[in-house]
Amino acid sequence: MIPQDTFMVAAPIRPGAKQELCKLLASMNLQAGVADPANVLVPFGNFATLHFARFVILDDQTLSDLAAYNESFDDAPVYLVFLGDCDGPAGPLLATIAREAGSGLQKIFAHCKGFEPNIGLLAWMRQHSLRPAANYVNYVGRTVHQIREEAVLHSALIGYIASASVGEAPTQLHARLRQAVRQHGPILTTAQPAPVWFWLRQTLGELASGLLLLAGALLLLLTPLILLIPIYLYLLRRHELSDPVVPKPPHDIPSNQYVASLASIEDYDLVNQFSAFGNVKPGWFRRVTIVFLLFALNFANRLLYSRGRLARIGTIHFARWVFIDGGRRLFFASNYDRSLETYADDFVNKVAFGINLVFSNGIGYPRTRFLILDGAKNERNYQNYLRRHQLPTQVWYNAYPGLTVFDINRNANIRKGLESDALSDVEIRQWLALI
Amino acid sequence: MAQSVSELHDIQGIVRSGYGSLEEAVFLLLRVTDATAAKAWLGAVSGGSSPFAYRVTSAGDLETRQDRALQIAFTAPGLANLGLTEAVIHEFSREFYGGLATSAAIAEGRSRRLGDLGANAPTNWLWGAGADTPDAVILLYANKGGLAALLAKVKSDIAPGFSVAQEFPTTNKSVGDGDRLEHFGFIDGISQPVIDWKGVRNPGAADVLEYGNLISAGEFLLGYSNEYGLYEQRPLLAPERDPAGILPPAADEQGMRDFARNGTFLVFRQLDQDVAGFWRFLSAQVPASNGTTLAEAMVGRKLSTGDPLVTQATPGIAGVGPDPDDIKDNGFTFYSDPDGLECPIGAHIRRANPRTADMPGGKQGLISRLLRTLGFKHGPPREDIVSSARFHRILRRGRSYGAFDQANGPVGLHFICLNANLSRQFEFIQNAWLANPTFDGLSGESDPLLGNRLDFPSRHPSSTFTLPQAAGPCRRIANLPQFITVRGGAYFFVPGLRALRYLAQVGK
Repeated sequence: MIPQDTFMVAAPIRPGAKQELCKLLASMNLQAGVADPANVLVPFGNFATLHFARFVILDDQTLSDLAAYNESFDDAPVYLVFLGDCDGPAGPLLATIAREAGSGLQKIFAHCKGFEPNIGLLAWMRQHSLRPAANYVNYVGRTVHQIREEAVLHSALIGYIASASVGEAPTQLHARLRQAVRQHGPILTTAQPAPVWFWLRQTLGELASGLLLLAGALLLLLTPLILLIPIYLYLLRRHELSDPVVPKPPHDIPSNQYVASLASIEDYDLVNQFSAFGNVKPGWFRRVTIVFLLFALNFANRLLYSRGRLARIGTIHFARWVFIDGGRRLFFASNYDRSLETYADDFVNKVAFGINLVFSNGIGYPRTRFLILDGAKNERNYQNYLRRHQLPTQVWYNAYPGLTVFDINRNANIRKGLESDALSDVEIRQWLALI
Repeated sequence: MAQSVSELHDIQGIVRSGYGSLEEAVFLLLRVTDATAAKAWLGAVSGGSSPFAYRVTSAGDLETRQDRALQIAFTAPGLANLGLTEAVIHEFSREFYGGLATSAAIAEGRSRRLGDLGANAPTNWLWGAGADTPDAVILLYANKGGLAALLAKVKSDIAPGFSVAQEFPTTNKSVGDGDRLEHFGFIDGISQPVIDWKGVRNPGAADVLEYGNLISAGEFLLGYSNEYGLYEQRPLLAPERDPAGILPPAADEQGMRDFARNGTFLVFRQLDQDVAGFWRFLSAQVPASNGTTLAEAMVGRKLSTGDPLVTQATPGIAGVGPDPDDIKDNGFTFYSDPDGLECPIGAHIRRANPRTADMPGGKQGLISRLLRTLGFKHGPPREDIVSSARFHRILRRGRSYGAFDQANGPVGLHFICLNANLSRQFEFIQNAWLANPTFDGLSGESDPLLGNRLDFPSRHPSSTFTLPQAAGPCRRIANLPQFITVRGGAYFFVPGLRALRYLAQVGK
């Protein structure tokens, strides 16, 4: 198996360079926001293990909300971030990208503070790398190669089935389809396993997180530290009731122009990108809460939600939560199926509790109760919150456009069924229905 | 807390009824030519005593049988042309003031999301695209033989203030006890949500675990609480903006006046139907039944009778019945046919209203509910993909145009629907359910009736229709031609009667 990994480079943009940078990034696109896989600056399509990648300019739209907390962040940097999700360790891939797309990346990063061509691109990118506080992979171990191969298999089988004779027995049909695939393709390969050190690092990381969470839980529940729970809940309610509601209506409604800048680059594919940026509520309490929750979420994503669904949501390919400016701000990025309306509908109607847990620690979020109740359930306020914090993704690459999570999982099951030997008639019928 | 809807005399009747008993109808698209004259007429027909022989019909008027009805609605430019300030209009939702197919709406991708591309693209529309948005629409209904006189009278009365940009006559063909057929031969408007007029439902944060057809008034009327227990975004005016005290008070904000209360949004889309092409293609596919069985599979109901293809009845659905015909037509969900063996997954009625609850699995124990919420307990992959239906319902009020059963002239449907949130209701249904090539785990197919058949994204076809088979692989019908073409459309606001009177004096 090849577990997935992520990379993200974040560097502040030189003052006044944003406009020029936007223009340069736009030159990489086929359509507004959708990358040309063969663009000359970073030809994403050349990197066979890269699932998704994007360039986003983190220009915080919500800094004025800090005023409600009597704070300001006048010198807040505007970052350029470059991130991607890949098969196997990200380090070597980043090195390959630096080697093969070096001049393009240099042109891009030349808009960032402190970038000099002579310091070495890769070292500079590593220096500016940020690990996510939490990461989500829809199906751990499924590679780009496998996804593409199985999509071809699905199309091929549709063609082979079309010539089925009426009344062909299931076992006969299964055997015939196997024969057809053997003869006419596609060739189905088995992935080489990831390097042992990488696999070990991932597993040890999971184990350590698990042990830490378990030890923490035991310590909290079995010792006098249990008294911290009511104290925590008391403090939580005090915060929830007193956190200022920002921004005050009607400024909570994002401008038509801003929403248009986001919507105009969406829905060119069945899959879309989402990038959002906001401020964590000031003070130690919210900071501690969100650090802990993202740690726990990351663990849950690895252990419980690594097989096609994040709680009830089966439409997210990859997602990540990254602290910026030492935890002062949070960046969220995801790749999801269908339009923002359906994505938001899922958030409000299926997993409001989960969205509340993390994002209610950010400024401007609809008021929650006990961290999980209300919040996103206030659909009208939540929709405004979402668009206000969303940022346009300047460049977005998807290695398999037109394939939803459902398609990918179905195609994997189609292959599994094709390769199975002893299927009953009923099982074969169920398998045929997938095609 | 949900309230009952008591102000029936302030609500235009079309929210309550499609005027099915009034056989004749005509729709007029208008432009304001003289705002003062337009407002004078508006004030006259929305007041208590109209000097004309007609007035704007209210839901309250429907307590007694009417032999004619007049309804009126405005686009955002129409409201502006009457003198409502931009600031007030901008308090409506973005979709309404942005419009269905204005250049701004197209720029932000609305046409892309609604499937209005290719032959459906606004550039090919007869009306409603770009700057060609009408200001208002008048819907006129009358008993058989009564429409011509009413139409002539209304046209002469409005002439000082409005010009008629388009006049859309309608046609109809009924079967049985007044069910109206559309041109392909199916009964139209057979399934409608039932408005919770009495306010018996009280939806809030808790999941509703069974599909219901009784829907909060706030989903179809602005100023009332909706399925989330919330009020939609809409213009609320400070009292000094309404010195005469014409408008009702806002239910959710003390001291404010509610311009939109008892109003709703009306989506109007002109849909040409290629009847000959439809039956030619279908009968070539299934010669044995002249295409009928395939047409029924594509719709999900029987031709002429409207019986659903799903055979298992689901008793006790709130908002279905007690009329036995309604129970026969609508007393079912698709949970009894998860694989689409009776009614294909991609059938039109399954896409337009998937009859889903908030969570699959229905009412079980608390533990089961917790496990399902956290995603640890779930059925087959397809089970939980489709959103809950109660947040995405519309009231349909369309009428057909063009002669029935004849080969001459364009025929089609003037699709009209009502909803309180254009984005969450009409647009969501159109985008996520009808146009979506991956609806409910399908791939490569959009709505068998409405689809534009264009590849989406490129090299991924959307022109297939699959019929799941118990015995083996799906039956796959490829390369469906386009049967329905969008020829025009606009978003309108249907004001309450008091809001009409307010409009009549605005700017004075």
